[in-house]
Amino acid sequence: MEILVLLKQVPDTESIIMIGDDGRSIKTADLKWVINPYDEFAVEEALRIREAQGGKVTIVSVGTDKAVEAIRTALAMGADEGVLINDPAIAGIDGLATARILAAAVKQIPYDLIIAGMRAVDDDNFQVGSAVAELLEIPSVSMVIKEELDDGKIRCHRTIEGGIEVVEASLPALFTTQRGLNEPRYASLPGIMKAKKKPLETKTLVDIGLDASVAEQTTVNIVAMQPPPERKGGRIIEGETAQEKAAELARLLHEEAKVL
Amino acid sequence: MSVLAVAEQRDGVFRKVTYEALSEGKRLADGMGSDLVALVLGSNIENAAGELGKYGAERILVAEHEALAEYLTDQYTKVAAEAIAAENPEVVILGASTQGKDLSARLSARLGAPLAMECVAVRVENGNVVATRPMYGGKVIAEVALNGKPQMVAIRPNAMSIVETQGAGNVEKLAVDPGESVLQFVEKKLETGKVELTEADIVVSGGRGMGGSDYAVVEKLAELLGGAVGASRSAVDEGWRPHSDQVGQTGKVVSPNLYIACGISGAIQHLAGMSSSKVIVAINKDAEAPIFSKADYGIVGDLFEIVPVLTEEIAKVKG
Repeated sequence: MEILVLLKQVPDTESIIMIGDDGRSIKTADLKWVINPYDEFAVEEALRIREAQGGKVTIVSVGTDKAVEAIRTALAMGADEGVLINDPAIAGIDGLATARILAAAVKQIPYDLIIAGMRAVDDDNFQVGSAVAELLEIPSVSMVIKEELDDGKIRCHRTIEGGIEVVEASLPALFTTQRGLNEPRYASLPGIMKAKKKPLETKTLVDIGLDASVAEQTTVNIVAMQPPPERKGGRIIEGETAQEKAAELARLLHEEAKVL
Repeated sequence: MSVLAVAEQRDGVFRKVTYEALSEGKRLADGMGSDLVALVLGSNIENAAGELGKYGAERILVAEHEALAEYLTDQYTKVAAEAIAAENPEVVILGASTQGKDLSARLSARLGAPLAMECVAVRVENGNVVATRPMYGGKVIAEVALNGKPQMVAIRPNAMSIVETQGAGNVEKLAVDPGESVLQFVEKKLETGKVELTEADIVVSGGRGMGGSDYAVVEKLAELLGGAVGASRSAVDEGWRPHSDQVGQTGKVVSPNLYIACGISGAIQHLAGMSSSKVIVAINKDAEAPIFSKADYGIVGDLFEIVPVLTEEIAKVKG
């Protein structure tokens, strides 16, 4: 089974995000960077499938030089190879342009199954994985918490409001991960040593048959960024007993906040 | 010129976010001097579809086919893409539900259309949509400008108000060809009576302070309020609650009218996922917990003492 994982490097979710001086990007200098948590589920699931069925896991990422760390981490977890699409033209591209680049890169690699995070926790687009499948004209199932492979088919349990839906697709197919799919492993020390020798190829847009015009097709542009409205700490409700405090809170929620 | 709102129904019942999308679509259409058109996909939905006129739809396009009874990505994408291409609207608006996210992502690629996901506000400037949407799990609020046609906007459930404005509501049945699906629908398992976190008006969440998987006190309060139960990442990591209950940057982002955090200290990634709630209440033993800096009302105390009496007091207030 040839498995591709679409992976993005993002700021750690415990990071405080500061807005840059241009007012439409974030300050990146002091951030800790990690594999997008949903992509980490994708790496883990790919490794489990390979362990059960044999095959190869290839990481495909669009990013800058820094993204090499994230790919190496995935290789240290156990993935076999990495491909990074790194090109000066790709700064500031939108989700659809990213999907076009990934789709072009993926077309150069044999695959049976593609796994991606359902969203990256920086842009929160929920778009790239399914859009790649659309561009490749293969089936996609999003927000998957459980999958079963059998005889060239994949049965996916996807989360929907208030429950789950079970859908089956024939391979090749793409699915996106939902929290709950698995518990990603940590990279072991021998894994980290081995990862240094695993193949990691960097490609430009020209290498994957595209040019800078793919970036110019970006049609979603960030024009401004602001911190969320500052919430001030409100009132700490005092009282002698739990009863007194609770009664006062109930009164405030009813009469002042009017939410009851 | 038109604004097209894609309605979402499950088993013939429209989801709340459909009314939000129509209401917001109507507002946009009015601002652009154009009409709101609704598009409904499903099976046996023609009768239900007429209702959408109440939210300002001048025309209601009904794409009815038995193959569309259950949502399947490829058939819904094909039918919606063909209806959108025929209608040629400036703006397509839909709810960013699990179905809306899945559908809009594939539609954007099929139509080559710009897409802004999980929008909390939308306006039109010089014919272009400018959408306000959270990024970094809510740590940043961005404005994004869309260029192209159609411009696609998926709105976050619960973020926009429902406004009833009577439109002509003329129902038009479309000729539909869903084609053969490469997907096979197997089954749908729904927990009856469970209020979905992202759609709930009130969320009561429990964190590490719960100390275990017994969420009875939190569940009772949520039940009284008709709300949903949420959990912090640490509670989910401990296995006390299912992953689908997790609120935060790596779980669900919620913006209910009232969010009650019980025994949650307020990690950055949790705060990102709930700080757009309208009113926040924190109950925590630790007076120094960061959650209090975001809460409108706080009680310092043991949640196991406070929450049961709070439930009683709220029951009294609600009569």
